[in-house]
Amino acid sequence: MDIVIVGCGKVGASIAVELNSAGHDIVVVDTNGSAVSRLADSIDAMGVEGNGATYEVLSEAGVSDADLVVAATARDEVNLYTCLMAKASGAKHTIARVRSPEYTDDLFRVKDLLGLSMSINPELTAAVEISRLLRFSGAIEIDAFSKGAIELIKVEIPEGSSACNRKLSDIDVLKGKVRIATVERGDEVYIPNGDFTILQGDRVTVVTKPETAIKFFKKMNINIGKSKDVMILGGGKISYYLAQRLIKTGANVKIIEQNAQRCEELSQKLPDAMIIHGDCMDQALLLSEGITHVDGVAALMDYDEENILISLYIKGVSKANIITKVNNQYFDSITDKLGLDCVINPKKLTGEYIARYIRAMQNSLGSNVETLYRLNENRIEALEFRAKNSSKLIAVPIEKLNLKDNLQIISIFRKGKIILPTGKDAIMPDDLVVVITKHKGLSDLDDIMSKR
Amino acid sequence: MNKRVIIYILGWVLIVEGITMQIATITSLIYHEHEGLYFLITGAISAGLGTIAVKVKKPKNMVLYQKAGFAATALSWILLALVGALPLCISGEIPSYVDAFFEMSSGFSTTGATILTEVEHLSHTMLIWRSFSNWLGGMGVIVFLLALIPKLGGQQNIYLMRAESPGPIVGKAVPRMRNYAAMLYGIYIGLTVLELILLLCGGLGFFDAINTCFATAGTGGFGIRNENMAAYDTYYLQGVIASFLVLFGLNFSVYILLIARKFKQAFMMEELWVYLGVIVVSTVIITFNINHLYPTVHDSIHNSFFYVTSIISTAGFGIDDANRWPELSKAIILVLTFLGAMAGSTGGGFKVSRVIILFKEVKKEFALLVHPRNIKAVKLDGKTVDHNIMRSTSMYLVIYMGIFVGSFVLISIEGKDFLTSFTCVAACMNNTGPGLGEVGPVGNYAHFTIFSKCVLIFDMLAGRLEFLPMLLLFSPKAWKKA
Repeated sequence: MDIVIVGCGKVGASIAVELNSAGHDIVVVDTNGSAVSRLADSIDAMGVEGNGATYEVLSEAGVSDADLVVAATARDEVNLYTCLMAKASGAKHTIARVRSPEYTDDLFRVKDLLGLSMSINPELTAAVEISRLLRFSGAIEIDAFSKGAIELIKVEIPEGSSACNRKLSDIDVLKGKVRIATVERGDEVYIPNGDFTILQGDRVTVVTKPETAIKFFKKMNINIGKSKDVMILGGGKISYYLAQRLIKTGANVKIIEQNAQRCEELSQKLPDAMIIHGDCMDQALLLSEGITHVDGVAALMDYDEENILISLYIKGVSKANIITKVNNQYFDSITDKLGLDCVINPKKLTGEYIARYIRAMQNSLGSNVETLYRLNENRIEALEFRAKNSSKLIAVPIEKLNLKDNLQIISIFRKGKIILPTGKDAIMPDDLVVVITKHKGLSDLDDIMSKR
Repeated sequence: MNKRVIIYILGWVLIVEGITMQIATITSLIYHEHEGLYFLITGAISAGLGTIAVKVKKPKNMVLYQKAGFAATALSWILLALVGALPLCISGEIPSYVDAFFEMSSGFSTTGATILTEVEHLSHTMLIWRSFSNWLGGMGVIVFLLALIPKLGGQQNIYLMRAESPGPIVGKAVPRMRNYAAMLYGIYIGLTVLELILLLCGGLGFFDAINTCFATAGTGGFGIRNENMAAYDTYYLQGVIASFLVLFGLNFSVYILLIARKFKQAFMMEELWVYLGVIVVSTVIITFNINHLYPTVHDSIHNSFFYVTSIISTAGFGIDDANRWPELSKAIILVLTFLGAMAGSTGGGFKVSRVIILFKEVKKEFALLVHPRNIKAVKLDGKTVDHNIMRSTSMYLVIYMGIFVGSFVLISIEGKDFLTSFTCVAACMNNTGPGLGEVGPVGNYAHFTIFSKCVLIFDMLAGRLEFLPMLLLFSPKAWKKA
């Protein structure tokens, strides 16, 4: 696809790198000429210098033929205006980076008016990812389907779990509220049926509603370690979004922030959080605030170096699950070696997020795939379809369908409710159906049927 | 430096050359000449060695930074000329290898300087290979490879493009390098075919027409007749050739903009108007200046226009001996030799856009004299020219002058007259071909010593790549690992 990216900062650059490696044709735009040439030289992309919110520059970047325009400059207003202008110049889809909480909350009111396909908020995306990881600290990977109503959670089966050495059909899965979609054993990936036996060390992907997951893991003796007491170091935008989410799930949140004025602001916006005014690098302060006893720590200060160093210190004194924010992607190879629990790169996350959206968008051109995730190192695809009236599968019980091998229908989302289907259930028009499969390139719900 | 990638690129150059050589083999079959055998063998060996280099030494990563990109391009061009010269030498048609190397360097660099006194004595096989080298050298072998091989040079392939494409600012008009390179070659081939058709319509024989097309497209200047373009003595044929010289001297992004229907942007290019303006003004002045030498005004205009386009596009075709023209005309010709064509064209020379940038810089400097605190952005086509580009353009002038002075001194050692020594260096480093004096449109380079020929070979290849890539090869720093 032809994609124009306005803004060559860290976010714009990571989006460009991600999309370029996915094989799209990229044009990058920025007012800063050296930023443009640095980016355009390092990846196979064309650069245009100028204000991306003006018609002249946009048309030079070929926006009228573009499939997608991503506005990722530092300023929300510029981004929204850029998308508006791009839409007026003939761009098919637009994505704006909007990170101010005030705008993010209101955006749904004007999204259609502005012709926005999507808005991205790197800080919010990062906060969502961190809160997921804090919620299930033992989870390896978590993906959401059907607008977040259902999640795919990948965990490793530990020693002593009650799921060990048992057939799937024997495992009490909370009366059908939980499904096991894939099992990764060594280098092999299986889509298991009822006769499949789970072994210790298997990495299983569990399909369930977020709230049921905790119960299930408790029952299976899988220590998924929900963080109850969380300390957030630094009081930036991510911290705000994260605290907001964690408080909703009932966690105790403590934020340490150096700037007194920012502390005031945070305490107004987050009345349920404890705000501490102090230096996050002050070890005595951390100890006195009980860093040794918290379950989760998120180091979200402005400087990567500070986040890395303090995380290393905390690792030495506390058993908490530590999440470290690192913006600079060149640190990746270093942080890998340092043995940090979990490193989050908000800019890179945003790039991947948009790339995933585009993949789904590309799939949805000429197909009715709503969401697509590649799991288990791309060997398994989880696809979400919207069932059409014309489909041959409508109203036929699943046990009577002749499905392909290595394929399972794992959930149906109907009128706001999640159904984990059994053989008796049937697909109805307008259902959102999630299918997990080893086959590649399914483009329609009818493709899940065996040809024979 | 990623040496494996360099070897990989050189391997592909060998393969491309080995295959394109077969044009000569095919020609020899048509004309029942035995010289095709040498091309067949050289081509096979070249392609074979290239395949080994590409397959056996396939690099693990294609990452290529500026230094390696420049070195790979410079080495490719030297290799191209070295291998291309082999059949000429082995077949005995140009017995001396240095002479053959000179001829092919001149061919690939699109200079068009020749050491042959009697071109017509060559076989058809040799003639087509000489002309074809003009064509391949015009758009460049690296651009060809970029269009041909996916992922060549990895994500940083712009450095390869920069090393080969002429001009102060080298960018892409479309996101993908491969598409861009393919577009350039598409336009190049399209224009070449168009010229071929027009020449055939003018009654030119096919062999003459195709050779002339190759030489025109690359703005090379190799002819297959002793009298060069004077052999095609009609207004129509010479007019077509002159017009296409103007077209091939245009920045190819003009065509890309026209195809994309961005007419306003295309016609906004300052360089385009300066280039066309210089052609018109020079033609008018020379017409008046040489009017008394020709029987009719038409003849004067025709001769003047042809030679102006031939020199400014740096092709160096001749239809008359410019040595007999008055001094003013000769001076203008010499100035045009240095000026050259537009950036991003197949022509050589200093490039019109560089002159524009330097001129504006000088203007800015004058403004600073009067208003010492004046701050003024230099603009080209309505866009501010980056300080880096201004700096590199000024530096280019210094390097250009340095090479010119150095070569001039080295050529003077053999004691030719001033005009010959001066213009032969100018003609070679600007890739024009003919100079004045002994190397004028009717002269040649046969009488130089081997040493002088080597100096001129360097000037031609370095001039085609705009000096920096070739100079880099001789810089010990470039070969250090850290």
